[in-house]
Amino acid sequence: MNNMEHKSANEWYISRFKLFEDKLNGQSKSFLHDIRKNALTSLAELSFPTNRNEEWKYTNVAPILKHNFIPAMISTVPKFQKEEIKPFLFKDFDYHLMVFVNGLFAEELSEIGNLPKGVVVDGLNRITKNNPDSISKYINNLSKIDNAFNALNTAYSYDGLVVIVPDGTILEKPIQVLYLNSSKDDLVLSLPRNLIVTGKNSQVSVITNYRGFGDKIYFSNIITEVYAGENAIVDLYKIQNENDESYHIEKMQAIQKQNSVFNHYNITFGGAIVRNDINTLHDDQNIETHYYGLYLAHGKQHVDNHTFVDHAKPNCMSNELYKGILDDNSRGVFNGKIIVRRDAQKTNAYQQNKTILLSKTATIDTKPQLEIFADDVKCSHGATVGHLDDTSEFYIRSRGVPQELAKSMLIRAFANDVIDTVKIEPLKEQINHMIFEHLHRVEIENEK
Amino acid sequence: MLSINNLHANVDGKEILKGINLEIKTGEVHAIMGPNGSGKSTLANVLTGNKSYEVTNGNVLFEGKNLLDMNPETRAREGMFLAFQYPIEIPGISNATFLKTALNEIRKYNNFPELTPKEFLDRIKDKTKILGLDDTLISRAVNVGFSGGEKKRNEIFQMLMLEPKFILLDETDSGLDIDALRIVSNGVNIYRNPNNAFLVVTHYQRLLNYIQPDFVHVLSKGRIIKSGGKELALELEEKGYDWIKTEEFEIENA
Repeated sequence: MNNMEHKSANEWYISRFKLFEDKLNGQSKSFLHDIRKNALTSLAELSFPTNRNEEWKYTNVAPILKHNFIPAMISTVPKFQKEEIKPFLFKDFDYHLMVFVNGLFAEELSEIGNLPKGVVVDGLNRITKNNPDSISKYINNLSKIDNAFNALNTAYSYDGLVVIVPDGTILEKPIQVLYLNSSKDDLVLSLPRNLIVTGKNSQVSVITNYRGFGDKIYFSNIITEVYAGENAIVDLYKIQNENDESYHIEKMQAIQKQNSVFNHYNITFGGAIVRNDINTLHDDQNIETHYYGLYLAHGKQHVDNHTFVDHAKPNCMSNELYKGILDDNSRGVFNGKIIVRRDAQKTNAYQQNKTILLSKTATIDTKPQLEIFADDVKCSHGATVGHLDDTSEFYIRSRGVPQELAKSMLIRAFANDVIDTVKIEPLKEQINHMIFEHLHRVEIENEK
Repeated sequence: MLSINNLHANVDGKEILKGINLEIKTGEVHAIMGPNGSGKSTLANVLTGNKSYEVTNGNVLFEGKNLLDMNPETRAREGMFLAFQYPIEIPGISNATFLKTALNEIRKYNNFPELTPKEFLDRIKDKTKILGLDDTLISRAVNVGFSGGEKKRNEIFQMLMLEPKFILLDETDSGLDIDALRIVSNGVNIYRNPNNAFLVVTHYQRLLNYIQPDFVHVLSKGRIIKSGGKELALELEEKGYDWIKTEEFEIENA
């Protein structure tokens, strides 16, 4: 028998790079290709994180690394009809639609529609060809490579969402971005590279919608970079419902300018191992950042949220509310880091993490990490872990409602203050629906 | 309708009810009075099936059926209702959803069809009017942002909507100003009829000026130590609970 030599994950992905490069068809001259090659060097130098790394103490990525995933570009991309993707879309409101299949832009499935003058909503590969100058100063500048997962995404960066909103422009309709991941043949590696850039006094709302199709294992390894210009308002929703056997890692890095507001919503349903790094840097004064998170896990799911607000400048505020509902043998990790730097006087920073365990075997590791170097600040944090309240359950049942439905009402009640912050009304009820679908519990729908 | 025989119950391993006997017939209103810690709320919670309370002895028959074998939702569907001393807030669930779910569960159990949306709305309009409630209440989340008085009124509203046969009022007057007390009592009096029965648990006689009981029982240290007509409530108001305790003491030492 011809035994394959055991290769490390780094070696495996480095060894596929030549095949990827061959597929680029002469695009290996672009600015992006220099970035890729540097990242490939990083990939050779950096190891994938282990539990010995403090940032990855509770999340073991070995199960991800034992598979040899095939980067989507060098794998076959499944074809979908418009009708087939409909069930995956959030509905009952108007939106510009972008669709990516295994991280590659599917123009034929997308419906971008009319955009205000100067607004770009497109795929990264097309922009790299047609207008590289519009993005070259942002890509891989907003976000730096922290670990081998980031290096892997960057080395193979090819496609992803690009949104550019010029000064003074408001997008009335949100952009819905469907990332559909699926493969019949390979264990596919989906590597979206997303960029959202907003100019002065602009406003945009983006809903990223990650979905799995079929039951084959795949791996989404994503980087999203966000630049919120002066006085801009950026809402970024992430609703992640990959299939339960897949792996999902994203690093989101935002940089905010003066008077800007950034609202990040992070709702996790799917994935066997999920890791989100949500980072924001305050690069000027009077900035507002809101993080809202909700994670639902059952079976053996592992969901790790690492959030970070870097208060580098004075007179800014951040507010964070993360809530988890964990069932069966699932495990949650929450690490909320806030740094208030010496110059960042008059900072207001608040953080809350609340978790409900629905079974005796579900667990959560929660850790606030506040590092405060300024003296005139208001900061608070709190973490609670509990179960559904017996008295509340009794109250509901004493009205004739069966126990299972009473529990569903209490789950909905618990998730409510996060869901309530969602600004798109029809999205609220659809997220509520997904909660019960995911936890396999009786649904409770509000009367219209 | 309800027959309580030698009922004993524990809370956190401590015996609170020490042998309650009480017979309530259709059409009657009974009041249970007693000092704090006498076991009034325990009785209300045991009868409605709160699992934090453990029954150690005795039995309770509700229309001939063994009540203590039923879970809380079955008791409700059989026609029991507890107006809570401290109603619970349920964010994200509207009063409409809550009541429609409860009502339809109760109707299904009793082989009645679900109410049509129109029937449901008409019933809401009817009942909110009785209690002087704004009918926008129905789209608000259950008890969220309600004042103490509004919560108590909402309990009575739920009672009117669900139409139970046997109603327990647990300290419904606590925290109510005189106007709210009148409204709440009026709701109860309108609903009171020969086919239902009430057990009113209260520390003070005040509520009984508005909801006139047929019988008054005094609960002390987990036992009913005195029963009488509504004049007993007035006597308690005048003299406090101490004279009964003394009397009891004398009986025990006789």
